[in-house]
Amino acid sequence: MTTKTEKLDRLAELTTRTESTAGGSLWREALRRLRRSKMALIGAVIMAVFVVVAIVGPWIAPYDPTDQTWRDEVLVNHAQFVGPRGGNWLGLDHLGRDELSRMLVGTRQTLLVGVVSTLLGFAVGALTGGISGAALAFGGRAGRRLDTVLMRLIDMMLALPSLLLAVSVAAIMGQSLTTVMIAVGVVQIPVFARLLRGSMLAQAGADYVLAARSLGVRRRRIVLAHVLPNSLGPVIVQATLALATAIIEAAALSYLGLGNPDASQPEWGVMLAQAQRFFDAAPMMAVYPAVGIIVTSLGFTLLGEAMREALDPKLRS
Amino acid sequence: MTLLELDEVKVHFPVRRGILFDRTVGHVYAVDGVSLSVSAGQTYGLVGESGCGKTTLGRAVLRLNEITSGRVVFDGTDLAALPAEEMRRARRRLQMVFQDPLGSLNPRQNIESVLAEGMAAHGLGADRAERRAKILEILDRVGLPAGSLSRYPHEFSGGQRQRIGIARALVLEPDLVICDEPVSALDVSIQAQVLNLLEELQDSLGLTYLVIAHDLAVVRHISDVIGVMYLGSLVEEAPSDALYSDPRHPYTRALMSAVPVPDPEVEDTRERILLRGDLPSPAGPPAGCRFHTRCPWRQPERCATERPELTDVGGGHRVACHYAAEIAEGTLRPNRELAPPILHQPGTLTGFEAEAAEAAAEPGAAAGPEAGPGGPPDGGPGQGPQPLIP
Amino acid sequence: MPLLSVDELTVTFTGHGAPDVAAVCGVSFQVDESQVVGLVGESGCGKSVTSLALMGLLPQRGVRIGGRAEFDGTDLLRLRQARLRDLRGSQLAMIFQDPLSSLNPVVPIGVQVTEILSRHRGLRGSAARKEAAELLDRVGIPDPTRRLKEYPHQLSGGMRQRALIAMAVACAPRLLIADEPTTALDVTIQAQILELLKELVDQQGTALLMITHDLGVVAGLCDRVNVLYAGKVVEAADRRPLFAEAAHPYAHGLLGSIPRLDAPRGERLRPIRGSINDRIDWGDGCAFAPRCDFSTEECLDGGLPLTLLPGREAHRVRCVHPVAAAPGDGAGDGPGNAGNGPGNTAGNDPGNTAENTAEGSPGENPEGDAAETTEATS
Repeated sequence: MTTKTEKLDRLAELTTRTESTAGGSLWREALRRLRRSKMALIGAVIMAVFVVVAIVGPWIAPYDPTDQTWRDEVLVNHAQFVGPRGGNWLGLDHLGRDELSRMLVGTRQTLLVGVVSTLLGFAVGALTGGISGAALAFGGRAGRRLDTVLMRLIDMMLALPSLLLAVSVAAIMGQSLTTVMIAVGVVQIPVFARLLRGSMLAQAGADYVLAARSLGVRRRRIVLAHVLPNSLGPVIVQATLALATAIIEAAALSYLGLGNPDASQPEWGVMLAQAQRFFDAAPMMAVYPAVGIIVTSLGFTLLGEAMREALDPKLRS
Repeated sequence: MTLLELDEVKVHFPVRRGILFDRTVGHVYAVDGVSLSVSAGQTYGLVGESGCGKTTLGRAVLRLNEITSGRVVFDGTDLAALPAEEMRRARRRLQMVFQDPLGSLNPRQNIESVLAEGMAAHGLGADRAERRAKILEILDRVGLPAGSLSRYPHEFSGGQRQRIGIARALVLEPDLVICDEPVSALDVSIQAQVLNLLEELQDSLGLTYLVIAHDLAVVRHISDVIGVMYLGSLVEEAPSDALYSDPRHPYTRALMSAVPVPDPEVEDTRERILLRGDLPSPAGPPAGCRFHTRCPWRQPERCATERPELTDVGGGHRVACHYAAEIAEGTLRPNRELAPPILHQPGTLTGFEAEAAEAAAEPGAAAGPEAGPGGPPDGGPGQGPQPLIP
Repeated sequence: MPLLSVDELTVTFTGHGAPDVAAVCGVSFQVDESQVVGLVGESGCGKSVTSLALMGLLPQRGVRIGGRAEFDGTDLLRLRQARLRDLRGSQLAMIFQDPLSSLNPVVPIGVQVTEILSRHRGLRGSAARKEAAELLDRVGIPDPTRRLKEYPHQLSGGMRQRALIAMAVACAPRLLIADEPTTALDVTIQAQILELLKELVDQQGTALLMITHDLGVVAGLCDRVNVLYAGKVVEAADRRPLFAEAAHPYAHGLLGSIPRLDAPRGERLRPIRGSINDRIDWGDGCAFAPRCDFSTEECLDGGLPLTLLPGREAHRVRCVHPVAAAPGDGAGDGPGNAGNGPGNTAGNDPGNTAENTAEGSPGENPEGDAAETTEATS
């Protein structure tokens, strides 16, 4: 009898050991899966490098990014440019400024545009979508009306081509950094709104919401404590993906000449836009910022994809 | 003493269309006039197949679905007439156990939070410590270890999750617990644990149950009174034993004969009544008796035009069939033309075949419509069984 | 010679990073011509994996299959994919639990049926359509010519399962594997489908391998029954002996825990305690031991084969302490059992019921849930 129980205990121990990694809340478990994903690791490393450079860029840049130190060496009219060399690792731009310094310092501006505009889109979009979803799911007839109105507005925004929308905002508000951020942010609103609303509606139909109602839990608490936390997953993933889009979008605005007019702050999108004029003679001038944008976007996208997988309840073991 | 009384409860879901404005284009008659009463301390079992409205009815009692018309009288108050906030407070005394043990638990809530939520909503328990003491007591009652408090739903097995669901309901000390398919998502060996637990809790806490299930064997095992639902209304209601020994409604008979019994001796000998076709849509239920489209005993005129009332036939046995008495006496025979083609196989359906053969011999009794709906069945009386592949 | 002879079938899932999981470990059984054989067990017992392995429908990667499965002399497990595809549909057919997901949602039923007829029976055009309509008619689908033009979502659950059966029997297969064919259906529809399957076996001589969790379905349909637990056959017997005198404590307990329609009311069920634990590699030992009232040390030592019960012809059981008494009598004594947790077995004993009642669950649950608890403990 005793040996039998011992044996059973040992077997029980075996089970607990294999499961010791499990446990904890869903977020914690998602994080655990995220840590094991190679995709997430690469994405995180890229992002970390990007953020660090954005912070320390001005200090590690070898030269002042606005100083036209080697202006005489670059002859734009004769298609004479300076490529990489000992003192200037990435060469000079069309005004004789050090390309490497401009890339390093420009990181901050690029990140700022990406983060602020995404936050703006996220905040307004999630608020609209959240109100809309909650109203439709729990607001009765009046709620349905409110949802219809909000969603038709969002649909109108969605119907406009995103770049056109950004151009309109930029045109209305004049050229400035704020304009760029708002323009890019506004474009993101419908995506976040639609996503959160849909996600909330799906959760509102779940059995545990019905269970909470049957318990007599108040509607406000059901929305805030049950529906919302369970709906946020896809929206957060979308935010990381949107960050990449925002950087590209901001670059596109700069490329079209609607970017930040302040020349003292280099930005990858602006650099790309300027480089296009000299693409035949000095293609590398366009390649550097382009590669920068692509790599950072890739980093965010990888991380976003990995998060989507980690948060997917279907993959939960 | 009657704890819960339903009086002509109807739940109709509007079917809405339209882009800018909602337009109601029709109704799904999920529950269409159900009256029943549940005595305190007893178990009322509601049985029926998918789409019969039993789940909607259970939810309507808690007003999780809005009631179209009728009264739901719980301990003297009509719940259907209560304002929203009062209804919310009334829910402390009426609780629900759900079918899907995992789906009915918020995946982001740990067990303590799951169990404390209802108490917080109703202001039970003075402080956290008092609530925790109550929660621990309930956990023990449903057979879960105290260490479960900080765990999350996905860490438990199916049976344990259902115990959590039961604990969540019981922590509010309700009078009535509505169990919506409490065991159908569980494995057989776990089902028995949960059924026994429900019975034990009823005995020790004096609970009243309204058990909703599709499995007649489960319902019969646990219920004192059983109501059989078909397409939104009750077709028969009787004490558990009376329903089993003396089913009156043709649908109850068919249902009873279709439930497999884990005993070859019983399976090989009992009569089997096969129904033709499927359940009609509750969006366009048939006129007259709802069951007449599938009923083997159906009679030409009355069944298709007049809806039978639930009438008492003695001993608390109520049945909604025009010809219940005739069927019970044996003067009315099932019409074999209305049975599906598969029925026509001698040997397996001894009882039914014999009756049908007799019926065919009596010209008066077989006065039903000559050609059943859906064309003449193949393998008719004279042809014998047909091979499936020539 | 049996039509299908499965010998020591093992299926192991080898996910990268995760430890190997043996879903099926050494399952053997036989199916004769026009015989109905049941594989019975609860979720996670390996019954569906067994059927998928036989049909060659398991994924190629991450699965290791061992043993033999001889169908009419050829080993299904070692057959080339192309050859297996020919065999499937013509000689072997399968129907699944969920008819909707087994039918192509964007192709009309008729096209799906005629496809099979043209592939395996060489029928074309109007001949194929006529045959398809006849098939639907024979499985009891009213108005078959109209139904042929409809899409799967337009049919009800029962009709879909009938359509699937029509497709499965289109080529008069010699073996039909049915994986929980009626689980998703209502009881009255289930009765129709079971009747249809019975007719198929009687009239066509098709052998049927019935995979189900429902002992009631088995009781009415199967000639021979194999009870599975944690990837092993724990008991194999003909229908009547199994239900009358289940010898394995699991099979015995299962019969005691099902509410029966014909049982007098008020009788408590006798559940099996705990729940299945499929995360432990039980090796040769008995996986049921932690839930078993009769388990002793030898149960975990293992190496126990499926042995013939003394004095029986075809009743085999894999247990050190087979139950001797019939399940109906409420005693459930194992030969070597002495007061080892009577709380669950002696449900009829009035004293015991009272004890359970008075104490609520503690009478059986803390102990009973021991296995369940360990599963969740981390």
